[in-house]
Amino acid sequence: MTVTLHNRRLTGPMAWTSTADTSTAGSWRNQRPRLIPEKCTGCNVCWKFCPEPAITIVGKKVDFELDVCKGCGVCAEVCAPEAIEMVPEESA
Amino acid sequence: MAKLTIPSEELMVGGHVACPGCGAALAMRLLLKGLGPKAVMVIPACCWAVIPGAMPGTCLKVSTVFSSFESTAAMASGIKAGLRRTGRGDVPVVGFAGDGGTADIGIQALSGAAERNEDFLYVCYDNEAYMNTGIQRSGSTPEYSWTTTTPRGLEKRTSKKDMPMILDAHRIPYVATANPSFPEDFVAKAKKAASLKGTRYLHILADCPTGWKHDPSQMVEVGRLATMSHLFPLYEIEEGRLRITWAPSNPVPVEKYLRAQGRFKDLTAEQIEEIQAEVKARWEGLKAREAREKKAVEKEAAPPEVSAAPTPHPAAPVSETVYVKPSPPLHFP
Amino acid sequence: MTKELLSGNDAVAEGVRLARAEVVAAYPITPQTTIVERLAEMVARHELAAEYIPVESEHSAMAASIGASLTGARAFTATSSQGLALMHEMLHWASGQRVPVVMANVNRALAPPWNIWVDHSDSMAQRDTGWIQLYAETNEEALASVLQAYRVAEDPEVLLPAMVMLDAFVLSHTYMPVDVPSQAAVDSFLPRYQPVARVEPGSMQLFGSFSPPDLTFMEFRRDTALAMDRARQKLLQAGKDYARLVGGEPLGLIDEYRTEDAEIVLLALGSLAAAARDTVDEFRRNGQKVGLARLRSFRPFPEEEIRSLGRKAHSVVVVERAHSFGSGGPVATEVRSALLGLPSPPAVASYIAGLGGREVTPKHLGALVERATKKETPREAWVGVKELVA
Repeated sequence: MTVTLHNRRLTGPMAWTSTADTSTAGSWRNQRPRLIPEKCTGCNVCWKFCPEPAITIVGKKVDFELDVCKGCGVCAEVCAPEAIEMVPEESA
Repeated sequence: MAKLTIPSEELMVGGHVACPGCGAALAMRLLLKGLGPKAVMVIPACCWAVIPGAMPGTCLKVSTVFSSFESTAAMASGIKAGLRRTGRGDVPVVGFAGDGGTADIGIQALSGAAERNEDFLYVCYDNEAYMNTGIQRSGSTPEYSWTTTTPRGLEKRTSKKDMPMILDAHRIPYVATANPSFPEDFVAKAKKAASLKGTRYLHILADCPTGWKHDPSQMVEVGRLATMSHLFPLYEIEEGRLRITWAPSNPVPVEKYLRAQGRFKDLTAEQIEEIQAEVKARWEGLKAREAREKKAVEKEAAPPEVSAAPTPHPAAPVSETVYVKPSPPLHFP
Repeated sequence: MTKELLSGNDAVAEGVRLARAEVVAAYPITPQTTIVERLAEMVARHELAAEYIPVESEHSAMAASIGASLTGARAFTATSSQGLALMHEMLHWASGQRVPVVMANVNRALAPPWNIWVDHSDSMAQRDTGWIQLYAETNEEALASVLQAYRVAEDPEVLLPAMVMLDAFVLSHTYMPVDVPSQAAVDSFLPRYQPVARVEPGSMQLFGSFSPPDLTFMEFRRDTALAMDRARQKLLQAGKDYARLVGGEPLGLIDEYRTEDAEIVLLALGSLAAAARDTVDEFRRNGQKVGLARLRSFRPFPEEEIRSLGRKAHSVVVVERAHSFGSGGPVATEVRSALLGLPSPPAVASYIAGLGGREVTPKHLGALVERATKKETPREAWVGVKELVA
């Protein structure tokens, strides 16, 4: 395949990741996850089930990648200690 | 940090265009964890033809070939043959198609490839309707489920096609069911399937909040109820021998699964009973087959297979309320 | 070079063997079947080191060929008629993916009513799929065309699939003496396929992913159009190189016979041209300036060559084994279009003949030329049709 894109002629298949700079998936969100750090046990279950994935865990710290998080709320649902709450975007 | 029960490497990144709470997106993420970075994906027309994003963006860090709707298995056959002929035959080639692309339009190519025992893994992510075109009935839509082409008055009155058993009838080396709500079991099956030769088939129940009509946050819970109620049992059939990989000892009533979804909101009590009876009969059939085949093996005096059974999620002890908050069923208009 | 007595289908199979095809997808259909039978024997006897995929349909045959070609392997399949029609979707897929798959199509009528004999309606219906289309007149040409098709299809400046057409039974099952080139000569003409891009496990790649209106879609299509235009020169060059390295006369886009001063040019495709040569000779014996132009390449269409013929002749008589209902003979339509704008373009007569294997003899063709000498050039006429009375 050959294509001219951004004034560059490209030959062959091509791909680059659709992360922060190219994707606007995060803009779909009407609610966002918020961590309640004192309740988090660092069990990884939220990371395990994130369909995006938009969660990274370093130690006990859960980090939400809000550029791509669509606010589905799965993480909050699967969190046994209820350490994640979903907050409406307008009040976030 | 707690010990990880599935590989940490992410071969799928965020920023794709799946709906919030997409079960098929989670399925792909888990599948790639089991397959590893060398996998060559073959994706026909389906939600996943769109989910990676517009060219040249993609959320998949693997080589991805897009095929026409009905030719996943044929194209995978050709790719595998070509890779073999160009000295790269050890690479896992993986077809990844929806239920329409598998049970309906793609069944011919799949059946042909399975009969030839082509060396690839075929994964059907079953969201039980044509979701990418806007929720139309497929051969994999369950009885009485609402779709845009089975509105009230034109209900689907037949059961869904039993694709894993259809594939099992082809005598292929490996057939398994998997559920993204049980990630350890899922990844273990993906790994095992990738390690085998010949045609392998993985049937995944992929919750679709958009088409099943429930809140996206319930994706994992609804999927879990499918297995907790024996409606979607987790099993694998290796060399023709069936083994249930995990099951709840006390199944929840199938009504709990059905009532959690708007697509079943019109079901009458009788219809639910009918479904419950079918689920029970199928489950007992599976148990009987498992016992029969186990007995046959023991009779041959071979040592019983001690396999490293994948731990179902959550890691023991399994309980219904450990990690998922119970939530009221949601009804959509 | 050895002289062998081969059917058209045998000749195609020999061409595939000499091309060292690496993946063959095979599905039977009359009258193509003996091609894939020969190839199966060759693979079984280790004369052809190919993966042989006995698929369950022509649709899958094309899908498997595309998949194989995407990995950088040289892929081949063969079909006919209904099989080609079933493949239609995948023909677009092949050119869209820019894979140099080569396919033999044994031209056969489309049903209903069932008919297994020659006409060109199957391949003419695929003219817009982005495939190079070459029509062979003889078995030897069928063999040469398979090799030249690979050479052009795999050219990095082309990268388009190509189909080689041969007429059902008239060529496919008829034995003719064929000069079979040596492997060494073919290897020098057709080295191993060097893909511009191929499936590379472990790297991030997309082959044919989703492209919305504002991004890359039109650019891809435009690139395919340009590649097909470039294929004209590449086909001419391949014909010359083949003659030099392998043997025979150089084959071009159009094959002219006694046209140097022709006032009337018969234009035909495939094996009809053999009969037309006899017709031309007959008229020439009587001192009449009649010539033959055999259209070898229908895609790309040799517009320039047709125009240069049109500058000399007063009539072009197109005889073809296909019809586009509601429009006319597909070849005649394009010939007329190519001649537009010439200072004094020749009249173009369009004859539909030989559908479903109906016989077309030099005598039939002579009658058509005779009409042209009287300046009778019908816009569309059907040859040899019996009037059915209810």
